Amino acid sequence: MPANRFNGHTSHGIGIGLRVPHYAHILEQRPVVGWFEIISENFMVDGGRPLEILDRILEQYHVVQHGVSMYFGSADKPDRAHLKKLKQLVRRTRTPWVSDHLCWGSVDGTYTHDLLPMPYTFAAARRTAEKIRQVRDFLGVPICVENVSSYAEFHVSEMTEWEFLTEVVEQADCGILLDVNNIYVSSQNHGFDPYDYLNGIPAERVGQMHVAGHTRFEKYILDTHDHPVLDPVWKLYAHATRRCGVTATLLEWDDKIPSFDEVHHEALKANEFIADAGEDFNRKIGKVGKNPDSPSRSSRPSC
Amino acid sequence: MKSTADLRAFQRVMMGALVRPLGSATAAGAGFIKPNSRLTALERLEIYHRMYWFRLIDSVTDDSPGLASLLGEAKFDRLVRAYLAKYPSQSFTLRNLCARLAPFIREEPRWTAPHTALAHAVARFEWAQTVAYDGEERPLLAPAAIAGVPPARLRLVLQPCLSLLALDFPVDDFVMAVRQRDTLRAEASNAPAGAARRRVRRVAPPGRGRIYVAVFRVRGRLHYLRLAPAGFRILEAIRAGRSLAEAVAAGGRVRPAQVEEWFATWMKFGWFGTAAPRARSGSPLP
Repeated sequence: MPANRFNGHTSHGIGIGLRVPHYAHILEQRPVVGWFEIISENFMVDGGRPLEILDRILEQYHVVQHGVSMYFGSADKPDRAHLKKLKQLVRRTRTPWVSDHLCWGSVDGTYTHDLLPMPYTFAAARRTAEKIRQVRDFLGVPICVENVSSYAEFHVSEMTEWEFLTEVVEQADCGILLDVNNIYVSSQNHGFDPYDYLNGIPAERVGQMHVAGHTRFEKYILDTHDHPVLDPVWKLYAHATRRCGVTATLLEWDDKIPSFDEVHHEALKANEFIADAGEDFNRKIGKVGKNPDSPSRSSRPSC
Repeated sequence: MKSTADLRAFQRVMMGALVRPLGSATAAGAGFIKPNSRLTALERLEIYHRMYWFRLIDSVTDDSPGLASLLGEAKFDRLVRAYLAKYPSQSFTLRNLCARLAPFIREEPRWTAPHTALAHAVARFEWAQTVAYDGEERPLLAPAAIAGVPPARLRLVLQPCLSLLALDFPVDDFVMAVRQRDTLRAEASNAPAGAARRRVRRVAPPGRGRIYVAVFRVRGRLHYLRLAPAGFRILEAIRAGRSLAEAVAAGGRVRPAQVEEWFATWMKFGWFGTAAPRARSGSPLP
């Protein structure tokens, strides 16, 4: 969706992740960028250089917050101190939406700092959706949950990953941050068709997309974010855009980070894939402005 | 799996499998995992197990270059593994991962012997750098706000991001020599750790020598300043909540002109802030 209630009715276009090696270039050269995604936790601090840099970025750019430690899928209640710091940051950035991952990563107050895959059960979906609603209500901004890449599946699962994602976002009434690279990585690791995944999710709930690079090892693929985006992922992205419409898209590059210009150039490749897709999507939705793939839904002002 | 309690039980078993020491042969969590045609259940679990350890070891290494240099790669690695086994992360942010490292070095000296005292001093200094880097800074105290307040009633507030350290080794110069550039810890989105392990930079360790040092930041940059013992005592007393008159008395016999000079320097660096507002209660949280 170009703009919907899950991304605060914004049309941000193509962005890149704000990363430390690029700070000087961005502040000195002021390049034209659609928007920056920040890792919320890097700025959930009490002071110092991170916040000084962020404030200077906010003077000139749209910023959207992306978290890595809310762990919607953890059985524990949301951490009170974490939520309060996150809300402070939301007020500072005025982010139109907040995203975090459909995963777990902590239990009994111990944190792994990893994005661990969920058991795809109805009980886990209920608990996860409940936490998303709690966090959204506390923060007061729309939430988009991101599908993670994974390297393990569980015997206890009762449905596919995309059915689980759909179950969660429908119950939580929240948006999806669709990570196309993660779909591809998981499809290779688990042997499913990534197009089944894309065709199986509620397209009208997609508020943002991610693309990134990955690394193929002998027996599995790892989501390394240290390469340009590979062709199969761009093809998936084109399909996702035909299905969901031209959506705010962000390139993730977190390791072996090249120059700002190289990262930005890679991100802008998305334009090559969305031009045709956008026309297809507009033909599909016609004059009524509805995605025919999706059931009719009433629109609410916020997620 | 029918309930949140079942989900919690599942996550406890998986957590146990991830935080177990590297190199352990078996793990209960593997029983939950499906094998595929290329990987056994245990091999799939091991991907996450290794990523857990590499991510956390890398994070401690990023924040502790001086300690890594002092101990060397192998010994530092053993220390970090033992530390994380005893004190796994209890915070949503990796920023706090080293908060208990210095006390741990005292608790279990075998990992750093025969350099335990020096290692402890280095760990304290490096944690002070973390606090100085992104700790809280209160609005600066305006001289006009305290004009006319008698020293016996005046209680100053030191910036929370300022650390005062009394150390038995001059580790400030040592750590700064190791930390040639201003490295920043950053959490990444969904990217695994361990692909490129950090190289440890070796610098000759310092000999024994008592120092008093303040670690702080000015306009976003880390600084440290050696203090005279009397100045250190004055600042410690201020941090303890003593009045200005009591704090100056705690400094001992110091020329008034010297005390004035110190305060002018400390004010210039912005070490005194306004008092923190009282915490409010009652905000609705899940």
